[in-house]
Amino acid sequence: MGLARKDLLGMQELTSDEIRLILDTAESMKEVARRDIKKVPTLRGKTVINLFYEPSTRTRTSFEIAGKWLSADVINISTSASSVTKGESLKDTGLTLQAMYPDIVVIRHPAPGAAVFLATRLAASIINAGDGAHQHPSQALLDLFTIREKIGRLEGMKVAIVGDIAHSRVARSNIQGMQRMGMEVRVAGPRTMLPRFIERLGVEVFTNLERAVAEVDVIMMLRLQTERQQAGLFPSLREYSRLFGLTAERLKAAKPDVLIMHPGPINRGIEIAPDVADGPYSLILNQVENGLAVRMALLYLCAGGGQTSA
Amino acid sequence: MRILIRGGRVIDPAAGLDDLLDLFIEDGKIVRIDKNTGGGRREAGGADTKEPRTGKEAKASRNAESALGVDRVMDATGLVICPGLIDMHVHLRQPGREDKETIASGTMAAARGGFTAVCCMPNTDPVNDTRSVAKFILDTAKREGAVQVYPVGAITKGLKGEELAEIGELFEAGCVAISDDGRPVMNAELMRRAMEYATMFDLPTIQHSEDLHLSGKGVVHEGLVSTELGLRGIPSVSEAVLVARDLLLAESTGARLHIAHVSAAESVRLIREAKARGVRVSCEVTPHHLTLTEDAVRDFDANAKMNPPLRSEADRQALIEGLQDGTIDVIATDHAPHTVQEKEREFDLAPNGVIGLETALAVILTTLVAPGILSLPQAIAKLTSEPARILKLSKERIAEGADADLTIFDLHREWIVDPTTFASKSRNTPFAGRRLTGATVATLVGGKVVWEA
Repeated sequence: MGLARKDLLGMQELTSDEIRLILDTAESMKEVARRDIKKVPTLRGKTVINLFYEPSTRTRTSFEIAGKWLSADVINISTSASSVTKGESLKDTGLTLQAMYPDIVVIRHPAPGAAVFLATRLAASIINAGDGAHQHPSQALLDLFTIREKIGRLEGMKVAIVGDIAHSRVARSNIQGMQRMGMEVRVAGPRTMLPRFIERLGVEVFTNLERAVAEVDVIMMLRLQTERQQAGLFPSLREYSRLFGLTAERLKAAKPDVLIMHPGPINRGIEIAPDVADGPYSLILNQVENGLAVRMALLYLCAGGGQTSA
Repeated sequence: MRILIRGGRVIDPAAGLDDLLDLFIEDGKIVRIDKNTGGGRREAGGADTKEPRTGKEAKASRNAESALGVDRVMDATGLVICPGLIDMHVHLRQPGREDKETIASGTMAAARGGFTAVCCMPNTDPVNDTRSVAKFILDTAKREGAVQVYPVGAITKGLKGEELAEIGELFEAGCVAISDDGRPVMNAELMRRAMEYATMFDLPTIQHSEDLHLSGKGVVHEGLVSTELGLRGIPSVSEAVLVARDLLLAESTGARLHIAHVSAAESVRLIREAKARGVRVSCEVTPHHLTLTEDAVRDFDANAKMNPPLRSEADRQALIEGLQDGTIDVIATDHAPHTVQEKEREFDLAPNGVIGLETALAVILTTLVAPGILSLPQAIAKLTSEPARILKLSKERIAEGADADLTIFDLHREWIVDPTTFASKSRNTPFAGRRLTGATVATLVGGKVVWEA
């Protein structure tokens, strides 16, 4: 079995079987990562282009290493966001890349829909590595992988996603992916960072952290963009941290074995206290490691891996 | 040139006219209106069918035509004839962005859509904030335009919202209203003064109602779709807050306020209440806000990106109610041409606006008239007598002695929207590929057939 689609644009398009396939494939990829010699010939002769319009060390590096371990030729193109408005259009960039016959283009872009835009115009597989506040499916898949690895299952698990939900592609992707896998999702944050109508996505909504984290199996903290303060969405970092920062004290309201996740990079001491980030239930570094395995799985599956010929 | 238009169903809501009539046109005027005896028969539901004439009748008719010295007979059997449609909100882009549209191409698009007159907004380059720009538009329209063009002058110099434009001079030059369309006048004091000043000329002040702080960097309606797609939202109160402010200003100044492209349920409610207490306010709605919702942006197609944005189904229903109960006076297209390359971009970066001149009538007939939401005369009034009343144009009547500005259309002709065939230079329509019922057959301006299918 392979993926039924050319591109990976968002979690909403994946079936639960496809998500399971990706996670299962990632498990076998994780085994490769732990070998002494990590290179396997799976994608030899395939070309992967990382097209990044936003700086992102971890996602770009993760895709780059994943591609290289699978023996693909990986090319990185970093374009500053400012060139989006004054430089070559995304369409022309895409068509230029297309003329070089890449097999997979991994795109990170500040505009929601940028990956969809490329996918409809290019023959290459497009993997969305984050488009504005829209989707970040590889992050959601690695989060699911990490939870499944730790707990052994996904169905019936309860998660609280905490922070700036409105501007978070991680939150959007995770809500859809988790619900697809039978998990219950809560969101919590300042009212100004909870998008209107969010409850219509089938999530429970909280503006109180203690109440939000009670009874959940996983707490997923989101990174706070400090510039939101200037935008008037919260009064000060101090107050945000006091109301929504995850501290050891606040964790007392949660289950004793609750798992802590964060997509990184962390603002230590703001959304998450250092002792919580480094504590025994923190999965933050597992997430990074699993990101590699999941991205190897995605590159493999998008390049046609798993397809059985008749 | 003498033209006889024979056998059509003539509807003029302003004159209370809805009958099978023959219109005789001479020297640009309607000179005679006769009861049609040519055998057109009205079916229940308004459709007309042509019955065979007897040879005797046909001969008598031909004799009558030749006695009148008619140069051309247009057979309108089975068709509707109404006063020429007026679009009080278009962007012709000339001067400044002739790659998107020109007065020639935009007015030809208008003619194809059945419009005999359009009002062009002042956000050209240079801005229509002086007599010379207004004169340029009028001169070019006279020379190259297919239909009548009425310029709207700016409220503030350069549309900057800082100083009043020379409104008196714009009025003298031929501007029929003032507006900073595309931008709101955010400064309430300046808006108050603009309205007061405009009362000297009884010019309507047309406001693009939007609180720029509330809209922020929004690109779509703030709703379920923006939440799902992660696109920044423009809340409906962004419009309603400014509508509320301007209604109070209109009430206190006694000025005539016209609110452009109303999109939100809250705005409709506020305008309804203001009208009930006698505020001199009118407003318009676009065909796309009446027929599409926020769902149209789900695939990030920038051809559904506009300001105000397509809103929720509840808003759309409120607009329809407003149209039915008379709260909303006019349907106008906000025809906003943009080049293909400008629209074929990331959604965030594409410009706002869609074209509408060549689809408006058919969209209205298909989505409002056919399902019985508006009667045909009601719909025609929103496109003819109502804009004429607001702008004080004497262009709405089918009467002996009136200018022969006429639209002839077929209620039943089906077609599929193919923007590549448009007369407009631009293609940015959200209706591409839609099957519509109802099509313009001919457009006459001053007795001249300026477009014919």
